[in-house]
Amino acid sequence: MGKIWRVSGPLVIADEMKGSQVYEVVEIGAEGLVGEIVGLEGNRAVIQAHEDTLGLRVGEVVRGTGRVLSAELGPGLVGSIYDGLQKSLLAMGENMGPFIKRGAKAAALPRDKKWQFTPQVKVGDTVSQGDIIGVVPETALIEHRIMVPAGIKGTIKEIRQGDYTVEEPIAWISQNGDVKELTLMQEWPVRKPRAYKQRFDPSGLLTTGMRILDYMFPLALGGKASIPGGFGTGKTVALQQLARWAQTHLNIYVGCGERGNEMADVLSSFRELKDPNTGRLLQEKEIFIANTSNMPVVARESSIFVGITMAEYFRDMGYDVLVVADSTSRWAEAMREMSGRLEEMPGEEGFPSYMGSRLSSFYERAGMVECVGSPVRKGSVTVAGAVSPPGADFSEPVTQNTLRIIDALYALDVSLANKRHFPTINWLTSYSLYVEAVKDWWNEHDPGWEDTRASALKALQQEAELEEIVRLVGPEALPEGDKLLLLVTRMIREDFLQQSAYHEVDTYCVPAKAGLMLKTIMKFYELAQEALSSGAGIESIRSSPIVYRISRMKDIPNEGFEQRASELWTEMEQGLVTDKRSS
Amino acid sequence: MDFSSLYVKEGRAISKAKGALLVAESIPGIQFNEIVDVQLGSGEIRSGQAIDISEEATIVEVFGGVSEVDLIGSKIRCKGETLKLPVSIDILGRIFNGIGTPIDGGPALIPEAYLDINGEPVNPALRQPPAEFIETGMSPIDGLNALVRGQKLPIFSGSGLPHNRIVAQIIRQATVKGTEERFALVFAAIGISYDDASFFMRNLERTGALERTVAFINTASDPVIERISTPRLALTAAEYLAWQQDMHVLVILTDMTNYCEALRELSSMREEIPSRRGYPGYMYTDLATMYERAGRIFDKEGSVTIMPILTMPDDDITHPIPDLTGYITEGQIVLSRNLERKGIYPPIDVFLSLSRMMKEGIGPGKTREDHNNVFMQSYAAYAEGCYLREISTIIGAEALADRDRVYLANAEEFERKFIAQGEHEKRTIEDTLDIAWGLFSALPEEDLKLIKEEFIKKYLPKHRNQE
Repeated sequence: MGKIWRVSGPLVIADEMKGSQVYEVVEIGAEGLVGEIVGLEGNRAVIQAHEDTLGLRVGEVVRGTGRVLSAELGPGLVGSIYDGLQKSLLAMGENMGPFIKRGAKAAALPRDKKWQFTPQVKVGDTVSQGDIIGVVPETALIEHRIMVPAGIKGTIKEIRQGDYTVEEPIAWISQNGDVKELTLMQEWPVRKPRAYKQRFDPSGLLTTGMRILDYMFPLALGGKASIPGGFGTGKTVALQQLARWAQTHLNIYVGCGERGNEMADVLSSFRELKDPNTGRLLQEKEIFIANTSNMPVVARESSIFVGITMAEYFRDMGYDVLVVADSTSRWAEAMREMSGRLEEMPGEEGFPSYMGSRLSSFYERAGMVECVGSPVRKGSVTVAGAVSPPGADFSEPVTQNTLRIIDALYALDVSLANKRHFPTINWLTSYSLYVEAVKDWWNEHDPGWEDTRASALKALQQEAELEEIVRLVGPEALPEGDKLLLLVTRMIREDFLQQSAYHEVDTYCVPAKAGLMLKTIMKFYELAQEALSSGAGIESIRSSPIVYRISRMKDIPNEGFEQRASELWTEMEQGLVTDKRSS
Repeated sequence: MDFSSLYVKEGRAISKAKGALLVAESIPGIQFNEIVDVQLGSGEIRSGQAIDISEEATIVEVFGGVSEVDLIGSKIRCKGETLKLPVSIDILGRIFNGIGTPIDGGPALIPEAYLDINGEPVNPALRQPPAEFIETGMSPIDGLNALVRGQKLPIFSGSGLPHNRIVAQIIRQATVKGTEERFALVFAAIGISYDDASFFMRNLERTGALERTVAFINTASDPVIERISTPRLALTAAEYLAWQQDMHVLVILTDMTNYCEALRELSSMREEIPSRRGYPGYMYTDLATMYERAGRIFDKEGSVTIMPILTMPDDDITHPIPDLTGYITEGQIVLSRNLERKGIYPPIDVFLSLSRMMKEGIGPGKTREDHNNVFMQSYAAYAEGCYLREISTIIGAEALADRDRVYLANAEEFERKFIAQGEHEKRTIEDTLDIAWGLFSALPEEDLKLIKEEFIKKYLPKHRNQE
């Protein structure tokens, strides 16, 4: 037990701390504020406090706990709302009202709730780390698979069936003459990646329901993506859309240093919205971490690591998990603040030089793996992190350090936001290196995807070049062919890339519909070019009723879209500009 | 408590005084961020705050600066208190300075409680999403950037732009439809000129709003360090009125640029590593801990709505102050110097302005069923008009097609009729939407793609007159 020697903001230095270890969790002062040792120097320990240090005195006690910062893993995670230290916010709300008091404690997993456990191994079986010994139906969407924790190997001496809390033993394993008790719950240090047997390249499309992602810049299962954007570009809405509609087994939403009202909005929408495939409430496949910008700064770091640790735990059960983090810039700022207090040598713009490696230690925990233990299973963690570059300037250190690690970039564009083109993902600067990884998936579902995608992107590139000419000579001075191209790219932008997060149908677009929509526009282009060469004027093509019909494709529900699209095609093929010829 | 709060400790050995900081010997029992009295050799007493404490030294930030502090005669006294605001319902109608002392000559308050001016974070799981429309009576705000209760919506202005008049108009006109609930205004003047402060106070007096207002005034000539506490006091008062007295509170903070300048000044005095343009790296968090105090809470009647005003240095929206603010607030109202030059009041730039909470606060039962469609269509038409205006400056309006000229003219009309309005003109949301419909009449009807057909039939003047 030590005592406080110095307090300066979130930095606390404690004396008489011999025997402590780096990253050990300590309790500071009479209120027992949570802190983490970040450095040791002789008898003194340098501590970052995860809670507000107001009112601490020199000489107050500092207690070591002997353990590093760990997450509780077990039934009860799904649907929960945690702060950055994995304290249950709902439990805290029940205990102490709407304001968060310092030093407040609340366990992550409910201790009194009983879970129905069904064993899948029997007495006498030999089990080791990662083996699934039984299951708990946690929600209608998630079957919680109970795994043997790390470091345990032996034969099952006894295993029970029935209703148990997370603290009651459910199995006994004899290991070298000892008997180990297993419960439904285990702990894992958040900064340490969980083990896996073997790692694979990301593969298979992570369906997001957003056209510009799924079709143009696909994200693969096990991939890592970044979404940088200035304020007002809809970062948060884009991430919320991902967390809502991504067709993974479980999504984890980490709100790190962001707005409380938005978090309230996310939480209330997940209580109402239903998963399009299963019809169940979204919160049955979601975990929330809410460390809003007015909550303690240092806990931003732990919120990110708590989130990814929970994701790995569910990955190990054989699930596909998506983690969205909004925003990694706030985490980097917390690092900068702590680093400044520690008087470390600053790197670029005052950020510590280890920022890049910290960011990678988070993003690199994404991946598709073969999990440890039997039965043999594959699981994946996909990560999408928002970046909030100051002044929307992507050359700043956090964005640049992130770009070195990620393989898909969704660059949000302020000028698109000013035009109210949402999502504001810029089609010229964004990229995805997962095009190869999802090729097989697309070819199976929609042959011709590669060609359609490439020709649409090419047309958009040509548009950008033409725009510069238009600025000089005006749109009327262009040749007819170019005017048609501008009409078609406008259709691609407005009728395909633009997608309303608030329209009940448009908010989630299945890949099959997305593919057909773009193909319809490209088919229109082909027919319009033919019409143009056979003498129809651009005006008559522009005013063709088909153009209007295409613009309303978004509103047609996913079910039955194919039928409606084929009607449109028949009509198109019968004549784009019939009105012109008849008049 | 191990230490009695009545117990007064004294430290004498002051080794350094510079800027606003005093470095003294270690004072046993002093709390981090505690408020201390600094007694000067002359007997004058100033307040200060312990910002760094250790067994070796105590660093105290002195409110009012260290001028006239001598290292031998001065003393630091601790009372074991952190900065607190005494509150009771009687704070309404009162005027305080930047550290919470009444300056209106009125009687001392009989406090009901002392509240920590830093507040406590609201549990995000218990926040209620804001959704009640506030009618400000100004078309570009109500129609295109609607404000809702519990929102934090700043005004990004520039020097010389009429942000004060706009805010005064909002204060005069803001109402929530169909409610007779208790409403209060908290006004914090942070480092603004005496004239600006008295403009607001006169305005409040004239409209009779003064008796439901709490004002905290720190003018340009008052101590810089008190600019740090002024907005926090205001928000503490607002939280008290909202959460304990069930009132709907609108907080006006002006000018937050001065606050950020003060933050920078203190940061450099503390010899911290600067981030962009010399502002401290924690400025985002610092601003967020204040702005995040806006909101609504489940099972509580009241609400806190914050409208900070800041002047963008050199009209630059990417400057760290507006930039970090924009990342925290739920949108922004941006004023445009171009519109101002054209003589348009209020000169609100509708492209750069945004209200993130708007969609929650509008629609049937809240404003009108066609509001969202009208918003999108007005926006699209004006954007098209402005794009054509830009092109026509190069190629001339004659080179445009007929359809394009319609849009060009429409953009001008939009600015003159929709954005512009009188300083004492109060438009209901229905007025605002109908003005927009009037402008749509000039456009080809088939171009109104963003509006549902039933609304076109119902609201477009042409069809309305037929009924």
